[in-house]
Amino acid sequence: METPKTADVAHIGRSVVVKGELSGSEDLYVDGQVEGTIELKGNSLTIGPNGQLRADVNAKNVVVHGKLEGNVRATERVELKKSAVAVGDIFSQRIAIEDGAYFKGKVDIQKDTPKAATETAIKSDSGRVSEANSAEAVPAGVAASAGTSSGAGTSKTPVIEQKKF
Amino acid sequence: MATHSFMRLFRGTSVEEGQSVRPSPHKHRLTRRSSGMAELARILTSQDTLCVLDIGSTSATNIRYLTELGHKPYSEDLLDASTDPSLLVRDELGQMSLDGKRFLSENLTYPAAQFDVVMCWNLADYMDETLVKPVVARLWSALKPGGALLAFFHTQEAGIDAPCYRYHIVSPDTLEMQHIEARQDQRKGPVGSTQNANPGGFRLQRVFNNRHIENLFRDFGSIKFFLTRDNIREVLVVR
Repeated sequence: METPKTADVAHIGRSVVVKGELSGSEDLYVDGQVEGTIELKGNSLTIGPNGQLRADVNAKNVVVHGKLEGNVRATERVELKKSAVAVGDIFSQRIAIEDGAYFKGKVDIQKDTPKAATETAIKSDSGRVSEANSAEAVPAGVAASAGTSSGAGTSKTPVIEQKKF
Repeated sequence: MATHSFMRLFRGTSVEEGQSVRPSPHKHRLTRRSSGMAELARILTSQDTLCVLDIGSTSATNIRYLTELGHKPYSEDLLDASTDPSLLVRDELGQMSLDGKRFLSENLTYPAAQFDVVMCWNLADYMDETLVKPVVARLWSALKPGGALLAFFHTQEAGIDAPCYRYHIVSPDTLEMQHIEARQDQRKGPVGSTQNANPGGFRLQRVFNNRHIENLFRDFGSIKFFLTRDNIREVLVVR
């Protein structure tokens, strides 16, 4: 699995637990636990192999290696890797599901823009890969509001604000 | 639910002759022509934006096929979900049994008349006996009036060791069959439920004959059988 470049990707380490609303304007890699919502409009979210999310996600691209329970809205692409366990509905222009991924929910292909061709990409044993572009580089500035946060493992820790439920 | 003696009948032997399957370019996959799928494909290609439920193992191929036709696919691996160890409970006699009530509270929880098409594949042959009729009843409820359901059933000649396949739609009348291999690791879902396959893979639980199949789908409006040469009956029922 490709490891995120820490210079331009915010990182939530495997021992970090976040409850609340996460939002930002840079790419985010989550290998810990998040419960709530994640808003990364225009940016990408990667859920690492240790990541466990119970959250609704809104992002440009979403890549899932770990576990995700919640609805996903991606303006470009969703990718479920072979180790992914995803429960919830997916709304996206493109979706790629690797052989072995577990998915329970609905797939709704969005056709809002002209370039949103109805393309569901597949990466299977045969190794065919979609032609969708990878996430773009992102400027700085993460703002997050969250309930609790613990542990370490972040290479670039987002600003955490308290939010009560 | 009453126990049906026919579900205990199984005297078939493993038979390879008459197989119409052929190797697929993909690893461990075979392809077969499917008249039932061809009939279903006519429905899928004649209408737009259908709600389609696939209750086999997650198949990216099927999701692609359906989304390219403009439909909204729903995926739910019921066989995998039925092997959740936490579903096992002791009944009043101290015997271990599946908690069907809980299974149905956690799975197939859709509004009535939500789907135009359900792809059931070979679920009934491999699912625990106590769940089959309740699941078919739930599917009847989830289907719209006039909605169609495709299911496959082994004949006795298939043999007790008939492997459990998941089916990928590669063309309107051709399916790719991929052997479902047991996962060695237990998968814990986000909510903590464990989802794992049986260590030895899924085993054929029973064989339905035509009358049993008709009885299973007696609440549906019509039923159509498609005979094949590889010891499988394909059935297309319409609510």
